[in-house]
Amino acid sequence: MSRRVAGVGLIVLLAAAVAPVLPAYPLTLLTQAFIVAILAMSLDVLLGYTGLPSLGHAAYFGVAAYAVAILATERQAGFATCLVVGIVAAAVTAAAFGLIAIRAAGTYFLMITLALGMVVWGLAFRWVSLTKGDNGISGVPRPELGLPWSLWGPLPFFYFSLVTAVLAWVLMGLLVVSPFGMSLKGIRESESRMRILGYNVWLHKYLSFVISGTFAGLAGVLWAYYNGFVSPVDVQLVTSVETLLMVALGGPGTLAGPAVGAALIVFLKNFVSVYTKRWLLILGAVYIGVILFAPRGLAGAFRGQRH
Amino acid sequence: MGELALRLDAVSKAFGGLRAVDGVALAVRPGERRALIGPNGAGKTTLFNLISGELPVTSGAIRLFERDVTRVAPHRRAALGLARTFQITNLFPTLTVLENCLLAVQALTPVKFSMLRPLAAYHALEERAREALAAVGLADRAAAVVRNLSHGEQRQLEIALALAGRPRVLLLDEPTAGLSPAESHLMADLLQRLDPAITVLIIEHDMDIALEIAQHVTVLHYGRVIADGPREEIKANPLVREIYLGA
Repeated sequence: MSRRVAGVGLIVLLAAAVAPVLPAYPLTLLTQAFIVAILAMSLDVLLGYTGLPSLGHAAYFGVAAYAVAILATERQAGFATCLVVGIVAAAVTAAAFGLIAIRAAGTYFLMITLALGMVVWGLAFRWVSLTKGDNGISGVPRPELGLPWSLWGPLPFFYFSLVTAVLAWVLMGLLVVSPFGMSLKGIRESESRMRILGYNVWLHKYLSFVISGTFAGLAGVLWAYYNGFVSPVDVQLVTSVETLLMVALGGPGTLAGPAVGAALIVFLKNFVSVYTKRWLLILGAVYIGVILFAPRGLAGAFRGQRH
Repeated sequence: MGELALRLDAVSKAFGGLRAVDGVALAVRPGERRALIGPNGAGKTTLFNLISGELPVTSGAIRLFERDVTRVAPHRRAALGLARTFQITNLFPTLTVLENCLLAVQALTPVKFSMLRPLAAYHALEERAREALAAVGLADRAAAVVRNLSHGEQRQLEIALALAGRPRVLLLDEPTAGLSPAESHLMADLLQRLDPAITVLIIEHDMDIALEIAQHVTVLHYGRVIADGPREEIKANPLVREIYLGA
């Protein structure tokens, strides 16, 4: 545990140290990696700790991103408003979807979250008066935080994303080692035993679902500012699948693993797509490789068996 | 007679056309040690699942300390003081022995919803968890991951988890299942040492152990109670000898 904290600290410090000398393109990718890491970690709370594989995580991410984009462009809302409304919108969406999804388990849970994710995508695509449909919402201005540095600059925005990601990691890290986090692990291992011990399993799963969706929303808020553009692509199934892959690649139930997985996928995707349009083919190959050679992800492969 | 710890009135459970539990009545006094015996398929484990709330009853009523819990969710029955073990070991295999026990200890406290403070900071919980482990002889295995434990140790942990919540009624589903004779004796000793205030209902195939622990025996056959009484009476009952003891 403390070694993992040290490892994450080292990676973060290293990223913070090299950022000023990085060229623009790798720097934006690194920024993206930290934002997407929040999304991957949020899914890990659900998948790795609670044992619930969601295929609809792009929904909460997307709802928050759209909320920010709409507020910032049409209402010229400030950062605080956008942040709060974006996160609350994601939490409310997760709270509503959770009521439907938590009834099911395993593959059924997967299919229901997939379907609910598609509903959000459908709304983004078809509710043109609100979302501008396929065109997406462009020109989302970066926020003014009253800092000496404008977040329009790539470097300040990178640090802004890094600090937010570290904060999210600390909060989620605290969650998973808390008594509540332990109860999530218990549910992952044996729901029937948890019920008999006196846990309202449904309630714990539901809370985990909403918390996970809320952190996905935080990632969505950053994403809207990072891209300056939000479109149905952000809420489509591929985004959910990629997030799931980041968690599987990094190692479910470790938080830091999925964050590293997120960074790997972001860089791989952007470098490979320079050479080929068949990016998804590579993604599939990576996935098969992970399942075959490191079923517990990179974190699992490095850590080995726990004794 | 006073208040009963557990009372079942005409409890039935049907799976399609099969009546696995058929009109079972049971009255268990506080602090009583009651054995539930019967051949395979007699409905013993199903009866436990009905009492603990894992399965809904088809008809009948279940009372825990004179409170009707027939339609009460399993976790609420646990809060009323009901605990059980499983015939097929049901633990948290990738967690440590101590973590398993902590889950049992925090289950009936509001601490289980605490999110922003590490579990390790709750020293009182850890102390109680270690007490529960010591009570079953697993104190020195606290740091071991459960799936690496021997079968016998896993059976001991089953008991520790059930005891950690300080239950008033304990259902033990074949605690010696799969144990060697030597391990079975250790388990029997452990069960003998249980707090006499706890009401214990035990399913046990090993007659020696069942009759050693329980003074009172209920015999199930095809879902029905066919005999119910003090152990000497049951041992002498010709019907029981015929269908169960095979003598």
